[in-house]
Amino acid sequence: MLLAFLAATAIAIVRLRNLFAVVMLSGLYSLLSAAIFVILDAVDVAFTEAAVGAGITTVLLLGTLVLTDREEKRAPKFSPWPLAVVLVTGAALVFGTLDMPGFGDPDAPANKHVAPEYLADKVPQNPSGDAVTVGIPNIVTTILASYRGYDTLGEVTVIFTAGIGVLLLLGTPGRQGQPTPGDAPAPHLQFPRRRRSSANPTERSEGEA
Amino acid sequence: MKHHFVLRVVAKFAIPFILLYALYVQFHGDYGPGGGFQAGVIFAAAFILYALIFGLDKARHAAPPGVVRLGIALGVLIFAGTGVAGMLLGGKFLDYSVLAHDAAHGQHLGILIVEFGVGVTVASVMISVFFAFAGRRPPER
Repeated sequence: MLLAFLAATAIAIVRLRNLFAVVMLSGLYSLLSAAIFVILDAVDVAFTEAAVGAGITTVLLLGTLVLTDREEKRAPKFSPWPLAVVLVTGAALVFGTLDMPGFGDPDAPANKHVAPEYLADKVPQNPSGDAVTVGIPNIVTTILASYRGYDTLGEVTVIFTAGIGVLLLLGTPGRQGQPTPGDAPAPHLQFPRRRRSSANPTERSEGEA
Repeated sequence: MKHHFVLRVVAKFAIPFILLYALYVQFHGDYGPGGGFQAGVIFAAAFILYALIFGLDKARHAAPPGVVRLGIALGVLIFAGTGVAGMLLGGKFLDYSVLAHDAAHGQHLGILIVEFGVGVTVASVMISVFFAFAGRRPPER
């Protein structure tokens, strides 16, 4: 049922030309994904999806929309190649899922390797040492922060690098005495102002064309 | 959005609770769903809401970009520093068992500190990216 909603949202995103509606629908898409994660008992992932996907990403996309345009340009003519590529890729992905183990299968390789040790909260530290026991109720936090702390450090470094990259690309307003757009006294975040400006005649004729 | 009276009142009412909820998610991650990643995003969302309602200048005043940029690096340093602290105390890198007098306490402490580092970095990156996007003027047309 939720998957059907998800598919409907995706098709609507593809069909719509109004980018404001597309951004809103992509937020909805994230929220639906979060609901699916809740049903799959992945509460922590759902939490992240709802906060990042539906929250922050929507705001950032709206900010991008202010800087660009609200209407998607019409493609010159229908081209079969993108559709063919998408269909082939989708078929390959579906084919790949055919020999995956069933959901929650205890014999799945992912549940055989180190997962039993993590779930029992007793991980042999090294051949001579004692088993490590963390002893906190949320097993996700246990694995994420302790058993897999190295991976999480890598994740945080990825976020760090991404943040630095965005700052390098978009600039850091308000430093080095350099007049940047962000220092201007004009009101920022002009979502309402943008809406007003699209009501003027030139914009409207452009939108309806 | 400076003239939306209802929005301003509701936002002023909601923002403290959002921040409090972020702290709850941050430090209650051991017991319930949540942790540094989620808490950082929620914490940043409070500042973004503030910026949306009251304008970017006031938000920059509340969260100075220099401090926020410092936070990006600080979180990673807290995480890695916890690992190094474990090494200095005789364990391996990111082995929290040696951080306190017994292993279980050390693990709890280590996870708490590490999650805090994650939260600081995530919140700082989100706020910085938002400032970077929102600080740009839309092109005149």
